[in-house]
Amino acid sequence: MSDITKLSLTELVENIKNKKLSSTEITKAFIERSEKSKELNAYITDDFTSALDKAKKFDQKPNLDLKLPGIPMAVKDLFCTKNIKTTAGSKILNNFVPTYESTVTENIWNEGAILLGKLNCDEFAMGSSNETSFFGNVQNPIDKDLVPGGSSGGSASAVAGQLTPITIGTDTGGSIRQPASFTGTVGLKPTYGSCSRYGIVAFASSLDQAGPMAQNVKDCALLQEVISSYDTKDSTSIDFKRNKYSKELTNNIKGKKIGIPKEYRVDGMPKEIEDLWQKGIQYVKDCGAETIDISLPHTSYALPTYYIVAPAEASSNLARYDGVKYGFRAKGENLIDMYEKTRSEGFGAEVQRRIMIGTYVLSSGYYDAYYLKAQKVRKLIKNDFDEVYKKVDAILTPSTPSSAFKIGEKTNDPVSMYLNDIFTVPVNLAGLPGISIPAGHDSKGYPLGLQIIGKAFDEQNILNIAYAMEEKINFKNKITDWWIK
Amino acid sequence: MSKKDLKYLINRKDNQYEVVIGLEVHAQILSESKLFSSSSTKFGAEPNTQVSLVDAAFPGMLPVINEFCVKQAIKTGIGLNAKINKRSVFDRKNYFYADLPQGYQISQFKDPIVGEGKVILDMPNGQKEVGIERLHLEQDAGKSIHDLDPQNTFVDLNRSGVALMEIVSKPDLRSPDEVSAYIKKLRSIMRYLGTCDGNMQEGSLRADVNVSVRSKGSKELGTRCEIKNVNSIKFMQMAIEYEANRQVDLIEEGKSIDQETRLFDTKKNETRSMRSKEDAHDYRYFPDPDLLPLEVSDEFINDLKNNVPELPDDKKKRFIDEFKLSPYEATILVSDIDIAKYFEEVVAKMGKNKDIKLAVNWITGELFAVLNNKNLEISQSPVSAKNLAILVNLIKNGTISGKIAKTVFELMLDGNKDPQKIVEEKGLKQQSDPKAIESLIDKIINDNREKAIEYKQGKEKLFGFFVGQAMKASGGKANPQLINEILKKKLQ
Repeated sequence: MSDITKLSLTELVENIKNKKLSSTEITKAFIERSEKSKELNAYITDDFTSALDKAKKFDQKPNLDLKLPGIPMAVKDLFCTKNIKTTAGSKILNNFVPTYESTVTENIWNEGAILLGKLNCDEFAMGSSNETSFFGNVQNPIDKDLVPGGSSGGSASAVAGQLTPITIGTDTGGSIRQPASFTGTVGLKPTYGSCSRYGIVAFASSLDQAGPMAQNVKDCALLQEVISSYDTKDSTSIDFKRNKYSKELTNNIKGKKIGIPKEYRVDGMPKEIEDLWQKGIQYVKDCGAETIDISLPHTSYALPTYYIVAPAEASSNLARYDGVKYGFRAKGENLIDMYEKTRSEGFGAEVQRRIMIGTYVLSSGYYDAYYLKAQKVRKLIKNDFDEVYKKVDAILTPSTPSSAFKIGEKTNDPVSMYLNDIFTVPVNLAGLPGISIPAGHDSKGYPLGLQIIGKAFDEQNILNIAYAMEEKINFKNKITDWWIK
Repeated sequence: MSKKDLKYLINRKDNQYEVVIGLEVHAQILSESKLFSSSSTKFGAEPNTQVSLVDAAFPGMLPVINEFCVKQAIKTGIGLNAKINKRSVFDRKNYFYADLPQGYQISQFKDPIVGEGKVILDMPNGQKEVGIERLHLEQDAGKSIHDLDPQNTFVDLNRSGVALMEIVSKPDLRSPDEVSAYIKKLRSIMRYLGTCDGNMQEGSLRADVNVSVRSKGSKELGTRCEIKNVNSIKFMQMAIEYEANRQVDLIEEGKSIDQETRLFDTKKNETRSMRSKEDAHDYRYFPDPDLLPLEVSDEFINDLKNNVPELPDDKKKRFIDEFKLSPYEATILVSDIDIAKYFEEVVAKMGKNKDIKLAVNWITGELFAVLNNKNLEISQSPVSAKNLAILVNLIKNGTISGKIAKTVFELMLDGNKDPQKIVEEKGLKQQSDPKAIESLIDKIINDNREKAIEYKQGKEKLFGFFVGQAMKASGGKANPQLINEILKKKLQ
């Protein structure tokens, strides 16, 4: 059954429920393909042996009432998994094995899914190309030496390359949506507070949010339904009425008002992106929705704001990696020397850069000029959205200002790298849900994505719009399995 | 003595200096579990046995506020007559240390849970009001142990994450004695409220002491030094005395005082520079993004207000009004909640025909002496409030004399014996039969006829001799009042 890995999550679940496929068959198929796909470097740690054991156990007594019955799944290595090494893509956690499980992954296993392994990512989720990982670059299945995006690069590569039927990533400034866009997959960043942050290695606490990455919108909706839960272990988790996203999914978006923000037409944006956006506008109109030109005036401040808030929080969140309690420790003459050596050797260049930026913007004398001002601008950005949501139900934008770039192309130009997040960052700053869906190809045949931004807690609406557009777009990823010998 | 004479001043040649002191008291909240985790807070457990993943700052672990600790802080604020802030914010105070697992302490910086308040001190020269600047919630750090190994430092995280209240006073204190009274008053209020056990030996109550000096009469504040982490009242007083004199000496020598953090060396009785202002940490405070601002409703606060027990100042007023105690007596009896409880139990057990004054004398006299001698708290008193009440009643109703009562009291100490039984068993009951005493006195006068004549001729001192003889003859049991009365009659 070599076709098993081509099936979507929804199809796999159906096959298991109809007893046409066993969990063992499915798990075996994904393990085999994963093993043949080492060149993608999508995995940091695999757990294939115990995955197969779990699949066999499931088949002996299958519980078909579950939402993910016996479905194997690899997850981003930012989620703490009990007794399985969790590195966050960093040398400093290279030997770290949690004794606990993140709430999001716990929710997934509780619905019957089986862990395949832990997927590569930028170090502490800081990056837009997966090149900052201590465990090396990840290849984009679309083309050799193409970045899969980041930080959830391993997750995007694994879904696009069909190493896992579905996965989860985390998104602080675009880390789900940008790699989804680069790999021709669907990625949802839920509303801040929808998915618990408990057990996720923290990057920037006020922005981090876990979300599903899938081959199609329906799979994405199903996984969102599983991972979103109110969790008292996370004080920022929000207790709101959660939809049955996959059951309530509909392509009927007639009469919906979709905003088109003029500020997203940025300088130097390739014509291909502009054309894609226009195509997207046509698609939603074809579906019976109405588009309205809107303005989000503070958009241009989002990126600088993000690159103050996120590093500030990161500089504090990463202080715990000090060589004292767990993780990597370098030998030192005394405590201070040990700290300096541990953190200099344990963290990569990008992480160190952000720790330094964050430390700087929080230091006395600079706090008001940077951090405090950034918080005020963040409020203005949120107000922009609140204002337009009085008139529209959702917003349509490109996901990224370009298609995937070559490995090494932007390594020495951090600012150009940061610009990748220009369309995704405002969504995190405002705490809103956003979904990226594949919508076309550029001249090189690389996928391009469109982003639909929703109101807070209105995941169902943007999933519906994405679902309706998906039908019209009828996107086909051009993947040749070039890496399989 | 006038009020002025009691002022604490440091004298040098022609100059007099006033000392200005402000305290930052760290009070451990009485709570089963920590401020942001469910780990136990019990004192004295094996190292690192009361540490959760949150306390040890494992990746992905998040703080969740303990509502009970919030209530305790608000209750304390109410006890300090302070403004309760309905919205407060937790901030991160960032610094690296081996016993600080997160690399930051969660504290409250700009928006504390409790604002301005005040505490009244009873000083020998009258009452003194001390302003409270604020009270905020924060986590304690772990403990670094440097003396177990010559090469390595050990870390115990049992204390990591334990809830503290930092109570910051205004610079209103002017002498070591006022500092002592202030700490005692704070401790008393918190013990009444049950928000802090005030145990300084176990580190539940410790303080950073800010000291500056200025010329007597000056209104400006001098440069202050902060003496860190002093954990007994005696050491606070010693540290202040040393530090104030050090600063005065510098001024007298024409030198300036550097604003700095200092440590008190209890063995050498001196303060030492720890770090200067230039070396001060930049804590990079910012609101903790893992925690939402803490918001409490009026209803929540009022609920706590309505359940606040009677506090020392109110209790003192009531003792004076209801029991006709002197302010001095009342102050002593309310100074600690356990003493007040003991006293009130004695009063309750004495029943209708009670002599409160006598009970107070017995508590503050005999009982306190015994507790002092044996180094016991009143909660560990060898004599229960009930038995002390019985003893006082035995005196009051004439069953035994005050003198006999002291003997009975001695016997009660061994196993909290019932004084009634002691009196019966030892036959210590007072002789109050006038006829028996009369015949006893007749015999004594008869035996000492010459002395009786001398007395009648005016040697009045001899009256005491007769009383003594009568007491002796009765084995100390005769009612002294009756002896007096009958003797006077017979010797006329």
